[in-house]
Amino acid sequence: MQVASMHFKERAHAKLNDAQLQRNLGKMQGKFIAKRRASLTELDDFEGTREAGRAIRQRALDNLDTWLETFEASATRRGATVLYAQTPAEVNQLVLEIAARHGVNKIIKSKSMVSEESGLDHAIEAAGMAVVETDLGEYILQINDYEPPSHIIGPALHKSKEEVAELFHLRHGTERKDGIEELCREARQVLRQHYLAADMGITGGNFFVAETGSVVLVTNEGNATLATTLPKVHVAISGIEKVVPTLEDIATLMRLLPRSATGQSISNYCDLLTGVKGKGEFHGAEHMYFIVVDCGRTEVLASDVAEALRCIRCGACMNHCPVYQNVGGHSYGWVYPGPIGSVLTPMYVGLERAMDLPEASTLCNQCGVVCPVKIPLPDLLRKLREKSFDRALRPWHERAGHRIWTWFALRPRLYATASQAGVRLLHLLTRADGMVRSLPFGGGWTDGRDMPGPAGRTFRELYRARHAAPPKSQ
Amino acid sequence: MRVGLFVTCLVDLMRPSIGFAAIKLLEAGGAEVFVPPTQTCCGQPAYNAGDRADAVSLARKLVAEFEGCDYLVAPSGSCGGMIKTHYADLFGNDPDMRDRAAALAAKTYELTDFLVNVLKLGDVPGRFAGSVTYHDCCAGLREMGVKEQPRALLARMPGLQLEEMSECEMCCGFGGTFAIKFGEISSRLADNKCQHVVNSGADAVILGDLGCMLNIEGRLRRRGDTKTKVLHVAELLAGETQ
Repeated sequence: MQVASMHFKERAHAKLNDAQLQRNLGKMQGKFIAKRRASLTELDDFEGTREAGRAIRQRALDNLDTWLETFEASATRRGATVLYAQTPAEVNQLVLEIAARHGVNKIIKSKSMVSEESGLDHAIEAAGMAVVETDLGEYILQINDYEPPSHIIGPALHKSKEEVAELFHLRHGTERKDGIEELCREARQVLRQHYLAADMGITGGNFFVAETGSVVLVTNEGNATLATTLPKVHVAISGIEKVVPTLEDIATLMRLLPRSATGQSISNYCDLLTGVKGKGEFHGAEHMYFIVVDCGRTEVLASDVAEALRCIRCGACMNHCPVYQNVGGHSYGWVYPGPIGSVLTPMYVGLERAMDLPEASTLCNQCGVVCPVKIPLPDLLRKLREKSFDRALRPWHERAGHRIWTWFALRPRLYATASQAGVRLLHLLTRADGMVRSLPFGGGWTDGRDMPGPAGRTFRELYRARHAAPPKSQ
Repeated sequence: MRVGLFVTCLVDLMRPSIGFAAIKLLEAGGAEVFVPPTQTCCGQPAYNAGDRADAVSLARKLVAEFEGCDYLVAPSGSCGGMIKTHYADLFGNDPDMRDRAAALAAKTYELTDFLVNVLKLGDVPGRFAGSVTYHDCCAGLREMGVKEQPRALLARMPGLQLEEMSECEMCCGFGGTFAIKFGEISSRLADNKCQHVVNSGADAVILGDLGCMLNIEGRLRRRGDTKTKVLHVAELLAGETQ
């Protein structure tokens, strides 16, 4: 996908002033949060489960090479082929080679964010094949000229029901429908024909299981089930970090994932796919491929933000992020929005192409406390800020500002004098109502707010005056 | 009991009354308050900007100023949180400093937490007739565990009614220099917060961090609300409102 993350501020400005989007965002945010909170009460010990989830994901990352080799051996034993892609271009190339080998004309896809990284759909179409997205959200975006997803589990969350109704009416040439059920029925009818006509299914992979060589697919629409059982070829694409050691581990992670994501105790569908269709078996693909994707992950693993790779893509961090809630996913300008995206995007596409993202957080730590695998997101954002600072990627005046402040703060006498002068100056700008309307060099603050004016004398001065004078009689 | 008061740079510059209110409350609880005269900044702005070297210098200075006290108390969950949860991380390569920072962190408290859980303060001097709503500042809540403590203290003020606003734990959008770097987003978050404050119908919004105060009060006034008071919990409890 094209990277537009360097334009975060401009994009956020546009989204903040998009009335329709603001209405849509306003509707969704409360739902996720309230439903998640309610579903957590079903667990006897959420914090204990969360700690277990963290440990499982960390154990996998600590010996990732070993678990990947184990996974490859297990999957191969069951008749699947495991391929590795280092770059986005290699992901696309491997898919096209597999398609060519099996004489594929038409591909159906269930949701894969990893395939968004490489712009897979465009590569498939450029090679002369048809591809149809079957996740309802992804399908909506595909027929809207491949609009990018704005959320990792609800890619079309930024759209209202009315916008979808209009789109279906235009693209399907059908009568305009109003109800959600009718719209879903229409999508189902359209998609059903594609399922039957396709000769290859592409999915993502929520987890790869090392001991069994399986892929786990978590959906609510059952589209992954159809996409992996009807066509003769199944290709599952996911990142190297998605491997976990055992099936037992999946049991724990599945207690955390749907609850953290949509507030469901369990998703409507959870496919565990192991190996190709055996003799006498009715279900399953005849040919099964895994494309295990690096695309920057090895570098993350070796970095000081490696904990981000524990991510199980539930989306809780973005659902709870005050910035995401107000600017929406498109502002972030690449595949993964919200706090986790602000860590991964700079690592995958380069810090200089996504400089604003680690800064675009109040570090309120709402993301950190809801993360089901305890990724310390604010700490990781801060580590990226350190890289920006060290590489002098931030504007000179920001760096100078911090340096000057620290220079004074380390010299208390000078600091006292300078701060007294500053406070008096600011006091002069204060109006009768106690507010400063406009701050020189502080437009970022005063464009949208007043600045309550200072009292005019510092605590330091007043305290010294009180303690120098003889105590007043009470 | 010798309590070192970390006034915080914002209180020093913008609203000294909060510092004096904190002293009054600590003394009411029986503490001997010491205000190290050379204190300036805890280093959080530098730390959050990725300027680690400056953050380390300032943290080193603050540790030396306060480690002789029995406790460090700050009328701020944000600066308190910096010292309590981040200082040790700053000295990863310096075991001696890391131990000293950890020792200081262990005796660092946010003001209301200290009043309730250490001093076990009884009556509070402040009086307020009317309804208030409480905004939970992010660092106080999520780094220092400040939630019930200010509410317990407010409950001791006869005539005061607490009306909880919805989303009281949601960030107000301040975020230090975020408020300037991303002024438009920050103002929107502040506006959302103001709407919840107004919807609560309270006469005043009370909170424990001056950064959030400046943000919320600044946005309320810009919205044309001249009526809703914005008070630091220390000012209200001490009866030292401006």
